[in-house]
Amino acid sequence: MHYRRAWVLGDHVDTDAIIAARYLITSNPRRLAPHVLEDLRADFCEQVAFGDFLVAGRNFGCGSSREHAPLAIRATGVAAVVAASFSRIFCRNAFNTGLLALRSPQAAAGVREGDRLRLDLKRGVIENGDQKTEYAIEPLDPFLMELVAGGGLIARVRRQLGT
Amino acid sequence: MGMTLSEKILAAHAGRHVLRPGQIVEARADLLMANDITAPLAIDAFKDTGALKVFDPDRVVLIADHFTPNKDLATARQVRKMLDFAAAQMLTHRFEGGRAGVEHVLLPEQGLALPGEIIAGADSHTSTMGACGAWAVGVGSTDIGAAMATGKVWFKVPATLRVELTGSLGPWSSAKDLALEMLRRLGPDGADYLALEFHGPLAGRLSMSQRQCLANMAVEAGAKTGIFGVDDITRDYLADRARRPWQAVAPDPDAVYHDTITINADGLGPLIARPHSPYDVAPAGESSREAINQVFIGSCTNGRLDDLRQAAAVLQGRQVHSRVRLIVLPATPAIYRQALKEGVLETIVEAGGQVGPPSCGPCLGGHLGVLAPGEVAVATSNRNFIGRMGHRTSRVYLAGPMVAAASAVLGRVASPEEL
Ligand code: SF4
Repeated sequence: MHYRRAWVLGDHVDTDAIIAARYLITSNPRRLAPHVLEDLRADFCEQVAFGDFLVAGRNFGCGSSREHAPLAIRATGVAAVVAASFSRIFCRNAFNTGLLALRSPQAAAGVREGDRLRLDLKRGVIENGDQKTEYAIEPLDPFLMELVAGGGLIARVRRQLGT
Repeated sequence: MGMTLSEKILAAHAGRHVLRPGQIVEARADLLMANDITAPLAIDAFKDTGALKVFDPDRVVLIADHFTPNKDLATARQVRKMLDFAAAQMLTHRFEGGRAGVEHVLLPEQGLALPGEIIAGADSHTSTMGACGAWAVGVGSTDIGAAMATGKVWFKVPATLRVELTGSLGPWSSAKDLALEMLRRLGPDGADYLALEFHGPLAGRLSMSQRQCLANMAVEAGAKTGIFGVDDITRDYLADRARRPWQAVAPDPDAVYHDTITINADGLGPLIARPHSPYDVAPAGESSREAINQVFIGSCTNGRLDDLRQAAAVLQGRQVHSRVRLIVLPATPAIYRQALKEGVLETIVEAGGQVGPPSCGPCLGGHLGVLAPGEVAVATSNRNFIGRMGHRTSRVYLAGPMVAAASAVLGRVASPEEL
């Protein structure tokens, strides 16, 4: 795995900031993706590359329960959202729709805008190639690990039902 | 080590003897709910699972409440999709038109929220139903779509914050003031990932409506749910309405709580939450006298009969200020009917207020009272974030029904004590 760019955000980034209500006339992730974080930082959608990381502070994804938020982030190609903490409905929506939401107060405090990061899920760390350091991520419950690896909740149910 | 209410109910539904906070389990859901905004996505998710039939047509409830009566073509299409699905699946409980009301008030009233049961709803304020002793949790649309196929939802077991309610509410104070005081103390993520469990002498005296108001606003502090134990008030409420047999669940005496906070109602005056934060709580009347353009009385927080009665008592023999539009939406048809019989609606209309159909309407800036740029409102609902009730430059104060009615009369943010 190569190192990828970090996009750093603050605390309490709400679902309106992630994807504004005016775009909820569609639930097609590919059409939502160009508007992710549009009001908060317009450069993100222009420059985000496949495999990049979003690194945020506390309570990421607070506010409305709209599932469009994780769907749209995932469609931008972001590999994982790393935050000091997540709001609970965002967190479950993320895992259900196959977006990695990783809790790491260390990374939230240490990563600087534009740092190159690499994820090592086996060791449970995020490596920072620029600062030559690494951050622990809160171990993921095996259930959630399997959920994301298996493509999300609907894929899981399909396997259960054999459909 | 004993278990809290949340841990016990979850354990019973996950086939476990013991559960501890942080564990993830798949639990059986007794009831699933989605509304006109979240149901269409849930229906798509359900179809994606490949399942043909919902797990139990008695346990999937679909309600059109956010944009009801249909606001425009787009919302009409959403509701049509929901109703067609409900008909195709032969769902027992579908609510639309004159039988629909705000979901979190309607379900308990219909005897569908029962103690010890798990209710998963695709709406963040599903927690309201914890007033009945149900473990009621807001989830996403995909959760509901998957659960419609399997009857199961995954949950991380929350730790429990014990909230002790003590003292007595004064004549001008209401359950809303307890809720706002709780939010002032906890802030936006003070109860993140926690379940609130309400206890204390005052909790035992609160009516079902007052309990709903507190359980409702638990989520504003980030809580997963808010739940009350079962007592005679619960039993009375459920006596003629419970649709299924139920069993009371109580927390173990040696249950382990994450923490305890005490909220004392003594001397708690009528409060407001200032724009744009439910946590910026201050005494009504003293902290702001800002002129207002609109008052909204309704929503899952304060659209019940006692709320309307309180508002009418303040409005009786008075007139709504000429600058103000007062919009009152009873939360359900039954509340509407009873308020009509009692003359409560007549009092409101005579005072110059408008009474509309049961709907979420203005609470989410949907319809039936959207704020123009720069307008200011007092609302009995639960969120006053930027743009919540209309234009992003509009401003909303949150308050209980008596403060809202007094503000309507005086044309500014006011306390009922000032009349
Ligand atoms: S009344 Fe408001 S808070 Fe309650 S369910 Fe409707 S939109 Fe949500």
